Parts: sequence; structure tokens; C-alpha cells
Amino acid sequence: MLLCLRDVTKTYAGTETPVLRGVSLDLDRGGMLALTGESGSGKSTLLHLIGGLDTADRGVVAVDGTDLTPLDDAGRAALRRGTVGVIFQQFNLIPSLTVAANIAFQARLAGRQDAARDRMLAERLGLSDHLHKYPEQLSGGQQQRVAIARTLAPQPALVLADEPTGNLDEGTADTVMALLRDLVAETGAGLILVTHSERLAAMLPSRLHLRAGVLA
Amino acid sequence: MSVGLNGTILSALASHWRRNPLQLLTLLAGLALATALWSGVQAINAEARASYDAAAATLGEGQFAQITARDGGAIAQEVYVALRRAGWAVSPVVEGRLDGVRLIGLEPLTAPGGLGPVRADSGADLGAFLAGAGQIFAQAETLARLPDTGAQGAASPDVAPNTALTDIGLAQRLLGRAGQIDRLIVAPQQPMTRVALAEVAPDLIQSAPQEGGDIAQLTDSFHLNLTAFGLLSFAVGLFIVHGAIGLAFEQRRPMVRTLRALGAPLWRLIALMAVELAVLALVAGLIGVGLGYVIAAALLPDVAATLRGLYGADVAGQLSLRPAWWLSGLAIALGGTAVAAFGALWSLARMPLLSGRQARAMGMGRSQRVQSVAALVLLILSGGLALWGQGLVAGFVMLGALLIGGALALPPLLARGLMLAEARARRPVAQWFWADTRQQVPGLSLALMALMLAMAANVGVSTMVSSFRLTFTGFLDQRLASELYVSAADQAQAEAIIALATQEAQAILPLLSTDATVAGLPVQIYGARDHATYRDNWQFLQAEPSVWDALARGEGVLVNEQLYRRAGLDLGALVPVGAGVTLPVLGIYGDYGNPIGQVIVTEDLFRAQFPAITALRFGLRTDPARVDPLRASLRERAGVPETAMVDQAAIKAMSLAVFERTFTVTTALNVLTLAVAGFAILMSLLTLAAMRLPQLAPVWALGLTRRRLAGLDLIRAVVLAALTGALALPLGLALAWALLAVVNVEAFGWRLPMYLFPLDYLRLGLLALLAAALAALWPAWRLSRIPPAQLLGVFRHER
Repeated sequence: MLLCLRDVTKTYAGTETPVLRGVSLDLDRGGMLALTGESGSGKSTLLHLIGGLDTADRGVVAVDGTDLTPLDDAGRAALRRGTVGVIFQQFNLIPSLTVAANIAFQARLAGRQDAARDRMLAERLGLSDHLHKYPEQLSGGQQQRVAIARTLAPQPALVLADEPTGNLDEGTADTVMALLRDLVAETGAGLILVTHSERLAAMLPSRLHLRAGVLA
Repeated sequence: MSVGLNGTILSALASHWRRNPLQLLTLLAGLALATALWSGVQAINAEARASYDAAAATLGEGQFAQITARDGGAIAQEVYVALRRAGWAVSPVVEGRLDGVRLIGLEPLTAPGGLGPVRADSGADLGAFLAGAGQIFAQAETLARLPDTGAQGAASPDVAPNTALTDIGLAQRLLGRAGQIDRLIVAPQQPMTRVALAEVAPDLIQSAPQEGGDIAQLTDSFHLNLTAFGLLSFAVGLFIVHGAIGLAFEQRRPMVRTLRALGAPLWRLIALMAVELAVLALVAGLIGVGLGYVIAAALLPDVAATLRGLYGADVAGQLSLRPAWWLSGLAIALGGTAVAAFGALWSLARMPLLSGRQARAMGMGRSQRVQSVAALVLLILSGGLALWGQGLVAGFVMLGALLIGGALALPPLLARGLMLAEARARRPVAQWFWADTRQQVPGLSLALMALMLAMAANVGVSTMVSSFRLTFTGFLDQRLASELYVSAADQAQAEAIIALATQEAQAILPLLSTDATVAGLPVQIYGARDHATYRDNWQFLQAEPSVWDALARGEGVLVNEQLYRRAGLDLGALVPVGAGVTLPVLGIYGDYGNPIGQVIVTEDLFRAQFPAITALRFGLRTDPARVDPLRASLRERAGVPETAMVDQAAIKAMSLAVFERTFTVTTALNVLTLAVAGFAILMSLLTLAAMRLPQLAPVWALGLTRRRLAGLDLIRAVVLAALTGALALPLGLALAWALLAVVNVEAFGWRLPMYLFPLDYLRLGLLALLAAALAALWPAWRLSRIPPAQLLGVFRHER
């Protein structure tokens, strides 16, 4: 089992209503799952808990056999470096690094840099001609491709994508999503995609819907 | 793995500086300038202190009684031998110039302890000093200027600048004065059985050790002035460093968040940023110490001249690189950076990985409230210490609380003022201008605080120095009212002076004094002749009506400010002035530069109480044009040596020249501090320029041209500088008051009256506006030329 969530509950400080209420779910290695729901339903929060970006108030979040609940900041950071890759809607590239350096960055952090793999990813994602450019010189779609390449370069066991095409037009979004799905499938990693889009969710084999913090 | 992680994080951090060299430059420049300002002032202070400490240590300037020839000429070697045989513990000194270097010949075997570089107990090579070709001790640069003497040069940093010490025999040979002695130093302990000087050598006179208190106190006051300036410049520098580091961290916030999201552990990230900052601080510190050296070297000749005038000792006009000084400069750079970075790193450590803009805005609002409360607490503390504080430490704490409190109060006060302006604005652009200006205050606040402190320091120190000058000039007029001051060697000469002056001078004012104790404090009691010289020139801090008439009738005494403060002798308080005589205080007078208390009684009362004391010093009143002929008569007919006559005009001219030098130094430091603060504004504006685009782009899109926006930015900088200046003036005046009325009183026991110099403040205000306008010019020009695509980029990128 790659991912195991049991009775996960989360309430943000200063609010009374829990954003997640007793969520439980499993994901096998190589499994792909689309997580949909209204704004504020708790999709992104769930993704952040799985990625170790935030902590649950109650319940168990286990990734690749490791329970995240007792981990401190350094332990959760190690998980993000080696096991889980997160793709953000806002790309979160490092503006002062070139495209090539951005792609290699997470693999270097994880101590798994592989120049040949970086080149392959850049080629597959259509970035070979832009390797020496800086993020600000790229379009939104190109920047998101750099973010995907950066996340996949260290070959994480689980890829989390939070509205990865939210800033892109429909055509570009479909292309980027298909590339992401195929590349993840090639590595045998698991994928959880958070999206508003029914069309994008339909591109993955399984799908769950969150409503007011509860899986439907 | 761990090295790879550190290296990867460091490379990402460094990439930010590579892509944004201007930001790196501003950070380094901020740190370097702050260090330069501090270390420059410290270098001047340290060099001057070291110079005259060395002078005092090697020459014992004035600490021993001396015997000289009555006619000011040389003393024969035989006379010295006769004195030794008669039991006198004296040591010969010969002195002269050798290629401009002051060469002093001493006899180490008889010189009193603590004098000269070679002492019997010092472990130095006494044999080499005395034997063979001899040794000459001097600073390395002085040795280099000496001609080839055949003697062995010994570099000694403790010897006063431009001075060389050697054995008297060698000095006599080098100066071509074989068998001659200039003066004899009298050891403090003398045999009781020695024969009277007048019997052994009637042509020699003994002078008491110089009290030197007045001059040393003035020198200390000058140094207090510079030390206060050093502290102020440090505060200015600290704010600049704080601003530079705060902005650098602010810009890298998104990167830090991304690094953490990608798996960089928080504390490792913080540690690596601290290391990065320490390296930058070290580099900037080295540059700053170098710049400080240049500043100090440029100003030191003026400081040296000032202190030479005040103290009479040679202070090196050139700076030597003292390890303690440059190490302290580096320590300040690192320490200042650590202090400034602590808050920024702490804020990063507490930054939630997923925080939103709203949380950040709420956090900033909270920190502004904390800042306002801290400002209030510090200002109240400062006020409390001003009213009830005791001691010099309390004075300096009060000064620090006043400055930091004043600086912290600036942003909330500016925000309040700008809100008022915004509420009054009617036209949309004006409304946006005031609202946008208010939004800029947090980003610019540290640079504006630095400007405020620079201006306050400028107002404060200028007011102090100018008040000091006015007061002291008036004091000189009061104290040096007589045209000529003459000292007699003995009673016979005193009578000759009186006889001659009765014919040639308009008035003779004998200066009678004796040491006494009042209220357990050592004081000097003076007997003053009732004369218009005193009535016309002396001014009182407090006095009874018709004080001079009452004094002349012997109904009371006058006391100086020091005695009034230390012994609490208010008007009417009773002062014992001799056996069974106790008189009330009639007046209190300022006595600047005097370390001890004084009591003035009438001449008649003094002579009655202390009949054994006769006047050996006189003030002579005459037509200023008659001073030179009078001097000549005294010299030729009464045998008074030139060294025993002091021309009032010469002393005044020297004193005023000293102040002019002081002004040169403080003006240069003022301009420098202001320029550095102006540079801090420039750095902040340049750094903020990129961060401001999301605020400017919508206004540009709504129809304001880039040129108009640039013009408004220029006006904004001037408006902020004007508001800052308006708030800096009261702070500067409070600072001046604190220096004059609190710190000076605690340090020296006398209070300087405070004068205001509105034109100077106006000039300073205009200078600050000019500095702000110049600082804003380049960023505004860049804004006016910014490509529209860059502004449009704001709408493309949400980040």
C-alpha cells in the first residue's frame, strides 16, 4: 500500500468547522486518483496533509509505510525530498535558477541527480530549447512543465498535483495533463490530482469526491 | 547526502544574488557603510586617545614639578651636579628638533618612575640605551624620518607621535648642545635635608606640576562629543543594516517557502541563511573597516590639530592600523548583522509553509502595534531617567531610549499623518498618492528611521558644539578679561611686577588663591579685587540682586557651578571660608573645564584669612595696543621670562581656532551620516522598485503615464523626508538637551546652556530633502523608462 489515510480530521485555527472530517482512503503503488470537490471542500488541505506540508489534528496519514503524524519538520521535509513530489498551481519555481537548474533541483536535494533523466524529461516536456532561460521568460504552460519535470526528476513514489493546470487554457491544460499522467505511469509512481475540472478528472482511472470535508 | 543538501540549498540561495546583483550590492553597501561610519569615528577617537596617552606616558607632561632657568635659557651641567650633591632628586632633560622630530634626551637612571621607555624595572636593555652608539626610541614612522645618527633605532609604539627619546648624552651630541640641560624634572619624593634651591642655584626657579585639569577636561569633553557621535552613528548604522537585511529577507520569502515545500528542512535552511549572512557581513565588514580607515585618515589631521591646540601634545596626523580597532569594526559588522538578522530569521522560522497574504498582513499590523507600544515605553523610560536618573550610565541609557524610542515612533506617526492627508484629499490621484505613500512606509521605515536618526544626530551634535562654542567664547571673555597675565617666580619678582605695572598698566588684578575643603570637597578659594573688570564681564547662572556690591562689602561669597551642584550650595547657603568665618552664597557662576570647586571672596577677606599667601600671579589691564611694549618692559626690567606671560588675545585666538577645527570634524561627520542615510533610502527605493510593480501596474493601466508615476514617486520621497525631518527636529533638540544638561553634567559636573540655531536647522532640512530627492531620482528615472511589457507581466503572473 502506497498511501493509507485513516479517520483524518483537520480544523484550522480560528475556525470551528472542521475542513476534513474522518477521511479514510487507500492508494496502491501505481494507482492514480482524481480528487474533486467544490471550493473549500478540503481537497487542497487533504493534499497538503499527504505531502507533509501540514499536519492532521487526528487520524493516521501513512505514505510508503511511514506514519507522518509523529514526524517533525525535518522528517516531513525528508519525506518531501525523497518520497513525495508536489506540483503546485502557482508553479513555485525558483526564479533565480535557469530552467535546467530548476529541473535538476529537487533531484539534487534528494541526492538522486541523473543528468540523462533530466534531459529526457526536458525533451518529453518540450523544454529542450529553453534550458538556459529563466522562469520569467517562459509562458505559464512552459513553467508548469518545468514544475512537472522538477517533481518527476527524483522519481518519487507518490506525485501530488494541486490544480496543476488551473492557470492554463483548456488546450494547454489537456496536453500538460496527458504528459503528466503518462510520465507518472512510466515511473510506476502513484498520482493524486486535485482538480475542479470534470474533464481532467476523467483522464484518470479512479475518482473521489469531497463534500464539506467528507469523502462521498 | 548531507553535504549535497547543504550545497544545493546554498546554491539556490546564492542564485538569488547572482540574478539580483543590485540587491546584493545594497545589502553589502548597507553593512559596509554602517561599519565605516562607526569604525571611522572610533578610529579617530582611539588614535587621538592613544596619541596623547603615549605623550603623557613617555613625557610625563606636567605631572612632575620642574626646575628651569629664571631667564628661560639653558642650565649648565655643573649646576645640575651641584643640585644633586645638595640632595635634590632631579633628573636632567634636553630637548630640541632634529629634522622636525622632537628629540628628548633623558637620563634613565635618575628619571622618576613611569617616565621614558627604558626603566630600570622594565626589563629593557638599559645597557644598550646607555652604552656605545646608544639607542633611539620612537614610533616606526618617526624613526624613518630621523637622519642617520649612528644610534640604533628601536621601534616603540608607546612613544608619542613625532617624538624620539634617547639618552641625554646622545641627545646633547646630536643637538650640538654639549653640557647643556633645558630643565630638571623634580622627583615627587625629595630628601628633607636638601639645601634650598635659592642657595644652590639662585638663577633657577621651580614650577609646580601643571594641574592640567582644565585642558584635560575640555579634551574629555571633545571626546565625549565624538563618543556620542560614535553611538549615534552606530544607531544610524544599525537601522541601515536592519533595513538592508529586512528587505533582503522579504524578497526571498517566496523562495524560502518553495525550498521548504521541496523538502529543505526549516532549521537547516535558517542555519544556512545565517552562515550566508555571516559571510556577507564579514566581506562587508572588511570593506567597511577599509572605508572607515579612509574617513578617519581624511579627518584625523583636523582632529589632531584640534587636540594639539587643546592639549599641546603631538597627535599623529596619520592613522595607524590598530588591531583592536579593525577587529572591533568587524565585530560591530557581525554583531550588528546578527542583531538585525535575528528578527528576520525568527520571522522566517515562524512563517507557516502555507501562509496566505491575509495572515501576513495581520502579522504586519500586529508588529506595528508592538512597535508603537515599544516606542511609547522607551520614550517614557527616557523621560523618567531625565527626571530621576543618576549617573553617567543612566544618562547614556536615557539617550539610547530617547533615540530608539523616537525612531520606532516614526512609522506610526508617519502613517497617522498620511491617513489624515488621505482623508483630506479630494481628487482620485491625490487619494491614491497618499494611500500608496502610506503603503510604502513599512518598506521604507528602516531607511527613514536611519534618516531621522542622522538628522537628529546632526541637530543634536551641532547644537551641542555650537552652544559649547558660544558659551566658551563668552566664558573666555569673562575669564580672560585682562589683556596680559603674568606669573612671578618669587615674592621679589612679584613686587617688581607690581612696581612696573603701577606705572605702565591701567590696573593690576592680583590672583590670590589657596586650597581648602568645603563640604568635604577639595576647593580653591580665590581672593578677588573689587574692580570693573569683574563687574563688567562676569555672568552668573544665579545671583542675588547687586551681587558685586554685596561681595565688595564682604557679605558673602561666589561659588562655581561645580561646587553648587556637588555640595548642593544654593543661593544663601553658608560656606566656611577660614577660621570662624562662614558666609552665604551670593552668586553661582559657570566655570567650564574646571574639575574642582571654587569659592571667591573679596581680596581684603582673603588677605585677612590667609595672611601668609601673597599673590604671585597678576592680571594686567592695559590698552590692547600697549600689550607688546608692556611685555617687553616686564621682560627687560623685571626679568619675567616670556613663558611666564600669557597674552589674552593669543589664548582666545587659539581657543577659537580649536573650535573651528571641532566644527570641521563634526560638520564632516554630519554630512557623512546624512549621505549614508540618503544612500540607505536609495537602496530601499531600488530594492522596493521591483516589489512595487504589482501596485503601480493597475494605476498605469488605468491611465497614469509612467512619467507621471515617476514624478509622483519623486514627490513621495521628498514628502516622506520632509515629514521625517519635521519629526527629527524635536528629537534632535531633545538629544542636544540630553547631551548638554544630563550627560555633560554627569560626566563633568557643569551644565552648558543650550542655544538654538534655526538657520542651521533649516539648512539641514533642505540638505535632507536634497538627499532624499537625489536618492529617489534614479529609481524614478528607471520607472519612467520601464518597458510596458514588464508592467503587463504583473497581470500575467499572479505571484
